[in-house]
Amino acid sequence: MYDNPIEEARRQAQICNACRYCEGYCAVFPAMHAGRFFSDGDLTQLANLCHNCQNCHYACQYTAPHEFALNLPGVLAEVRQESWEETAFPAPLGRAFHHNGTLIAGVAVLAMALLFWAARHLSSGGTGFYAVMAHGAMVAIFLPAFLLPLAAMGVGLRRYWRRVGGGPVTLADLRAAFGSAATMRNLAGGHGDGCNFEEEDVFSQRRRVMHQLVMYGFLLCFAATATGTILHYGFGIEAPYRLLSLPKLFGVIGGLMLCAGTLGMMHLKAKAAPDLQAPEVRGGEFGFIALLFTVSASGLALYALGGTSALEVLLALHLGAVLAFFLLMPYSKMAHGFYRLAALVRDAQRKR
Amino acid sequence: MTTQDDRYDIVVLGGGNAALCAAITAAEDGAKVLILEAAPKSYRGGNSRHTRNFRCMHEAPMSVLVESYGEEEYLADLLRVTGGRTDEGLARMVIRQSQECLPWMEAHGVRFQPSLSGTLSLARTNAFFMGGGKSLVNAYYRTAEALGVEVLYDAPVRHVALEGQRVTRVEYEHAGKLHTLRPRAVVVASGGFQANIDWLTEAWGPPARNFLIRGTPYNRGTVLKDLLDQGVTSVGDPTQCHAVAIDGRAPKYDGGIVTRLDCVPFSIVVNKNGERFYDEGEDVWPKRYAIWGRLVAAQPDQVGYAIIDSRALPLFMPSVFPPIEAATLDELARKMELPEEKLLATVAAFNAACGDTSSFHPTELDGVATTGLTPPKTNWARPIAEPPFYGYSLRTGVTFTYLGLKVDETARCSTETGRIENLWAAGETMAGSILGQGYLAGYGMTIGTVFGRIAGREAARHVR
Ligand SMILES: Cc1cc2nc3c(=O)[nH]c(=O)nc-3n(C[C@H](O)[C@H](O)[C@H](O)COP(=O)(O)OP(=O)(O)OC[C@H]3O[C@@H](n4cnc5c(N)ncnc54)[C@H](O)[C@@H]3O)c2cc1C
Ligand code: SF4
Ligand code: SF4
Repeated sequence: MYDNPIEEARRQAQICNACRYCEGYCAVFPAMHAGRFFSDGDLTQLANLCHNCQNCHYACQYTAPHEFALNLPGVLAEVRQESWEETAFPAPLGRAFHHNGTLIAGVAVLAMALLFWAARHLSSGGTGFYAVMAHGAMVAIFLPAFLLPLAAMGVGLRRYWRRVGGGPVTLADLRAAFGSAATMRNLAGGHGDGCNFEEEDVFSQRRRVMHQLVMYGFLLCFAATATGTILHYGFGIEAPYRLLSLPKLFGVIGGLMLCAGTLGMMHLKAKAAPDLQAPEVRGGEFGFIALLFTVSASGLALYALGGTSALEVLLALHLGAVLAFFLLMPYSKMAHGFYRLAALVRDAQRKR
Repeated sequence: MTTQDDRYDIVVLGGGNAALCAAITAAEDGAKVLILEAAPKSYRGGNSRHTRNFRCMHEAPMSVLVESYGEEEYLADLLRVTGGRTDEGLARMVIRQSQECLPWMEAHGVRFQPSLSGTLSLARTNAFFMGGGKSLVNAYYRTAEALGVEVLYDAPVRHVALEGQRVTRVEYEHAGKLHTLRPRAVVVASGGFQANIDWLTEAWGPPARNFLIRGTPYNRGTVLKDLLDQGVTSVGDPTQCHAVAIDGRAPKYDGGIVTRLDCVPFSIVVNKNGERFYDEGEDVWPKRYAIWGRLVAAQPDQVGYAIIDSRALPLFMPSVFPPIEAATLDELARKMELPEEKLLATVAAFNAACGDTSSFHPTELDGVATTGLTPPKTNWARPIAEPPFYGYSLRTGVTFTYLGLKVDETARCSTETGRIENLWAAGETMAGSILGQGYLAGYGMTIGTVFGRIAGREAARHVR
């Protein structure tokens, strides 16, 4: 959309800084108004504080056709996107997957095929899932697939931290950042009426609710896996678990939330104006949400139909989607969670 | 060709704050209302979309307003800036009613925020709209439409036909055609005439051609002139307008709030000949803000240049365009196309006239003054010495005009022979009925809200 997003963001930030009308909407403006000139790092930080609620856009008296042509959500989305791609490790992967939903789908299908192959060839004498695929084989695939991307994400965050000039992190910084993320305070729109997103200047809580469903749904699913791992290694209790076990409770509830949330997010995103986001990554974003939906839907299907002959196929689908999700974590929209937290930590430092 | 449509009880002319308050109130009272807005949807809302707050009386903390701000203090503030040219009765009425406006505004979708950073001095007196005036306007349009008010954009009104003491017809243009309406009541809320440069020039003379218009290009005074020509009683002086000094690089229209420059008290201001012409340090900036528009208008080519050094830069709010920067004063003069030697001499004379600056204090009258200089600088006189040097060009930016329709306390218009049966006015187009000169920050929106609601109520009562 913009040839040089960071220069354009600087121009727009200068206008906002002279105006300040949107100060109450989110954390971006107080951070912006603290300075007078904006370094590239400042703009990167502002961009990562923005969550594209679009309130400032519909409130702005300077949007096109006005010659000042303000589109702060749009330009910050592009700067933010660039910052994720440039700090990704390795950066070319960031560029590829953020932009390309088909590529994401490709990785997912490959991962599913791999798992299917594994199911065919690495089965063992276990029971339940492990009759389909040996537990050892699963660990051999998933442990590196989880840890390597996490390490890559760590490199990305370090690069980000250096770029925005972050200092040593204290417990108070973390508390402030996680507190804000936990309630999605910034998505409340400052006045509590929510965001302008899907229907011009109408305020609604829908995006906040959907995002909460995705985030907490995801965390519950993660908790399901974690408790499963603890039961497995700590207590020698193997999957599949009963309905009233922790892994299953977490998993089913989380899966339902994730399913509903991802569908809702896709719906809202489809309604929202593309040029107030980063249009060139819309495909990648939809691809990523679809992948997350596949993870949750196939997981639920596995719970429901695990006892049938569909087990093998479903397991391959589900584990393949999970594998793709993990592998793509540093290079997909998933990365935003990490960067956004980092930005909130940095903002807490600014305020102290 | 004209088409005709008699579906509406009330037609509201204009689509800013006053118009919307009138339309909402009338619709809530059961009237069928049409808004005719000259601007396209993207520019709807007139000058109201550039505003940030309204001034509100309150006996105790209310919403985002702290402490209290009583009627007498409010009135005293008003009388001070208008130099007595105030209709005290109407002014008091507006002040008293401002208090009930705030909850009304909230109930109709407006949201408030604490006073913006850099405007702490207004935290007690002015309630800031969250997101500014455009978000207020958006909220009102949503509310009005939900109440069944119809809105036609790109529909400038050309003529309001007055027959005797009655408005019989409203003619407007839309999609290249002239249309006629015969509503039972009309509310005029179409602002002042400041975007009509020819009219400004008539009143002000040729310098007005160089003025910048801070707000909407759509407030051209078409309806105002049309009604005045038909003998509707006017009030106010066409040569009075609220004008401030803004960034000379601002667009001709619609530059809005971001073009204001707060650097004057910490600068010296010269004309295009490199000469100073007024005491830049006369008073704290908010109080002097409004005289610099006229001062600059009186200079050759209606332009001024504020010169500061690096120490002054952090002392005032940033503005839309970065200043022109130079390592030396002669470089700055070249970049700003000012006579080099003259500027150097002016700065040297100023610097030499500065004395002890140890009690320099940017936010209060510090008495740090020049000695033996004409004109003097009576506060914040600190040498311009620390590079880099910065410059801004200044032009006259017109906010609004005062000439308008005279109304009574029911917002009704009249002619020499008496009240007009079915014509009301609200907002800037009648603000001259209350203040004839000067301006108190946030009072424009207060007038529009109070009189908009009155006009809407009275018009609805009339058609019932
Ligand atoms: C930059 C700036 C900042 C300001 N800040 C503040 C502030 O913070 N607080 C404050 O109280 N005041 C402020 N003011 C003053 C304030 O804008 C006005 O007092 C107020 O908006 C007037 O409201 P209104 O509804 O009467 O007029 P407007 O909001 O100007 O509305 C007039 C409407 O009439 C329409 N119109 C004009 N001609 C026609 C026609 N022929 N046919 C149909 N429609 C027509 C216009 O398109 C417009 O919609 C500011 C002004 C400016 C320029
Ligand atoms: S987005 Fe527009 S209204 Fe909001 S602060 Fe920036 S310039 Fe002002
Ligand atoms: S889009 Fe929302 S979060 Fe981003 S800057 Fe604007 S108001 Fe803040």
